[in-house]
Amino acid sequence: MSGLTLQNIVKQFGQFTAVKNVELTVPHGTFVCLLGPSGCGKTTLMRMVAGLDLPTSGAIKLDGKDITNVPTHKRDLGMVFQSLALFPHLTVGENIAYSLRIRGVGKEEQKKRVDELLSMIHLTGYADRPVAKLSGGQRQRVAIARALAISPKLFLLDEPLSALDAKLREAMQVELRQLQQRLGITTIVVTHDQREAMTMADTVVVMNSGEIRQAAAPVEIYRRPADTFVADFIGMTNLIDFSADGAGAHVLGAAIPGLSVPAGLKSGIISVRPEDVHLTAPGNAPVTGTVTFVRDLGGTIETFVEAAGKQIVAVSMPNARPDVSVGQSVGIQLNPDDCVVLKS
Amino acid sequence: MRREAPQKLTDYGPLVFPAGMLIVFFVVPFATMIAVSFFRRDPSGFYTPDFVFDNYARFLSLFFGKVLGFSLFLAVTVAICCVVLAVPFTYLLSRAKRRTQVLWLVALLSILSLSEVIIGFAWSTLFSRTAGITNLLVMLGIMDQPVALNPSFGAVLTAMTYQALPYTVLVLYPALVRLDPTLTEAARTLGASPVKSFFTVVVPALRNTIVATLIMVFIFALGSYLLPQILGRPQHWTLSVLITDQAIYQSNMPFAAAMAVFLVLVTLGLVALTVIAGRKGEAA
Repeated sequence: MSGLTLQNIVKQFGQFTAVKNVELTVPHGTFVCLLGPSGCGKTTLMRMVAGLDLPTSGAIKLDGKDITNVPTHKRDLGMVFQSLALFPHLTVGENIAYSLRIRGVGKEEQKKRVDELLSMIHLTGYADRPVAKLSGGQRQRVAIARALAISPKLFLLDEPLSALDAKLREAMQVELRQLQQRLGITTIVVTHDQREAMTMADTVVVMNSGEIRQAAAPVEIYRRPADTFVADFIGMTNLIDFSADGAGAHVLGAAIPGLSVPAGLKSGIISVRPEDVHLTAPGNAPVTGTVTFVRDLGGTIETFVEAAGKQIVAVSMPNARPDVSVGQSVGIQLNPDDCVVLKS
Repeated sequence: MRREAPQKLTDYGPLVFPAGMLIVFFVVPFATMIAVSFFRRDPSGFYTPDFVFDNYARFLSLFFGKVLGFSLFLAVTVAICCVVLAVPFTYLLSRAKRRTQVLWLVALLSILSLSEVIIGFAWSTLFSRTAGITNLLVMLGIMDQPVALNPSFGAVLTAMTYQALPYTVLVLYPALVRLDPTLTEAARTLGASPVKSFFTVVVPALRNTIVATLIMVFIFALGSYLLPQILGRPQHWTLSVLITDQAIYQSNMPFAAAMAVFLVLVTLGLVALTVIAGRKGEAA
């Protein structure tokens, strides 16, 4: 099978297990984001794919070939480091041509490829500049061009945009995604920024404490989180306890008709995204609560409601502005299709 | 942190003490030496004040030329040996565990506590026929019979490299520790083997540090006068040996001073050339 396959990867540092039994398949040409809080093992996993760390056990296969013990420099990959790691003693052009020079590519061909890559990253004519003279965004692009110079089989990026300011980061996310789609290159990005992951990835892999918690398309991750960690980590959510009997499920002391719960499950947690919490006049909905705080952000309005001893957040758009104020009593309408039953 | 340049005379106050020390212990003795180098030697006593160029004229002979040439050659060779040994060593040391680093650095510092005399006699024992390292080689069956390895050029070079190596490592260490380890990792992901990444990334990135270290070891080695006498033949004696000989045994201070001044000038000239060459390389 073409693409990257990780089979039962384990990485231990002394007593500490950084990566636990990871199974992952990255089909050829897809864009995968490893997403998780710091210390979740995502960078360690990427370093093992790059060969900079060796897995304690398990196998890494690229296009069906076992590369677990192939040294980094024979893996034909391109990697962008968090620190970018541009060579300070070389110019922009020499940095980009480094992998070609190491492979003994002729001077003429090197120059042609460098010009090609520079025009791709919109830095035509920068070949002779020292890297120290570039801005943050330009250095970022040079690091990407350097990693892509040999047209690698695998493109790895470790927190590539974390050094950029917010505006530039958003622009680079779109640019990086478009570049990847144009080149059709198998790409893995490590990030702790969920917006970044949602923007760029075909598949988001959410990790926590060394394990993969869920690997799915961004919308799937958002709409159908697998467990409480994923639901809480990706975006804002309401995690609400429920209880169930033969007749149906009860949430916040009221029955939610139509909410299907796996057979035999007596209680658990559901996740409801704030935009799926609809506020109505009291009495029109099964649950009633009291507004405790309203945060009007202009683009969206967040309403905090206390119901049955639980804080619930509802988000609405300005055109559907709920006419509520603090202390007022409101009804909470939950649509059974919007409630996701989570693995405990 | 950026501060304003000193404006008033009193702003230079903190400099008074170091400047005073520098004048009393460096500028004055050196000026005295320059003055003495123009004095006339008094065969019955010390010297008489005068202004003659005889001392410099006497120096311009084939014999002293050869000695000067050898001194510079020896110092350059020691500097190159030290840097060639110390750069890979320090690089590996800076990537080692903290505990290993401390142990090595303590060992190196303890070499610095040895005097040149002790180093010289220790090596002369190690190089001797009766008790030297060749006896070990005979025991291992590599050699037929023990031989004396000194006096020889190799013996002088080995001992001087041994003496200067700790300084070299200590000068290189901070620069190598500061070097971003992801640079070599990046080189490896781009297709360079560990050895290749060392030569294409670590060494070029440290070029200025390496040049500065070469100059430091060169100057350090130029002043050595005991090791060439203990471990070398007379043709391995450096200018520093001759200066000592003239100053102490021949009581010819003016000539010794003239040689010392000349040595300082040649050294300064070479260092200036290296710095200029380095600047040019950077601009290119």
